[in-house]
Amino acid sequence: MPKMNLSHFEAAILFALFTSIVLGVVTKKTDKERLQYGLYCFGCFVGTVFGLGWLMYLGHG
Amino acid sequence: MAEKVLTSKEPKTPFRVWAPIVAIGWLIPGGGHFLQKRALRGALLLFSVAAMFFFGLAMRGPLFQPQKGDLLTMIIYCGGYIAPIFSGAIYGLASAFGYNQPDVAGHVHDYGTKFLVAAGLLNILAMVDAYEIATGKKD
Repeated sequence: MPKMNLSHFEAAILFALFTSIVLGVVTKKTDKERLQYGLYCFGCFVGTVFGLGWLMYLGHG
Repeated sequence: MAEKVLTSKEPKTPFRVWAPIVAIGWLIPGGGHFLQKRALRGALLLFSVAAMFFFGLAMRGPLFQPQKGDLLTMIIYCGGYIAPIFSGAIYGLASAFGYNQPDVAGHVHDYGTKFLVAAGLLNILAMVDAYEIATGKKD
């Protein structure tokens, strides 16, 4: 088994990608809606990563 | 305005119809969708759950064993033990081939743990979706 050393950002993006795919597939009814919802979830995940990242950066001073 | 009381009189889907689909969906992520001829959705689910589990193992995430102690410890360790089991055969193979890692400190291992647990939780969503398709609640 290869050993991976991912950064916080890489791991979070991978997590967002896989989770968004599943959420998109299982929630909506048409393929178009699924694609849109998957992209929306991915955008929300990435937005949250950046938002919390900046919040922690500013919080640490 | 008179309110209508809706009573569900729809016939229930027999257990023997949806149970094998859910069981296959548990053993092989997306398997329930493949059985119901939703190959693309099944393939996407299989890819996502398997890849997430693989990345979890590659990041040396530990497969938890249930522990007793205070409430928080019990929730974390029992939850961490139960959730990856829902990844199905992938979990069985990883356990059988000894890919269980010791729990060590570090952000990569920590992410690995989360990936392993999340893979199981995502497969639960896939199983619920397969169930809803089998019972006709969903297209």
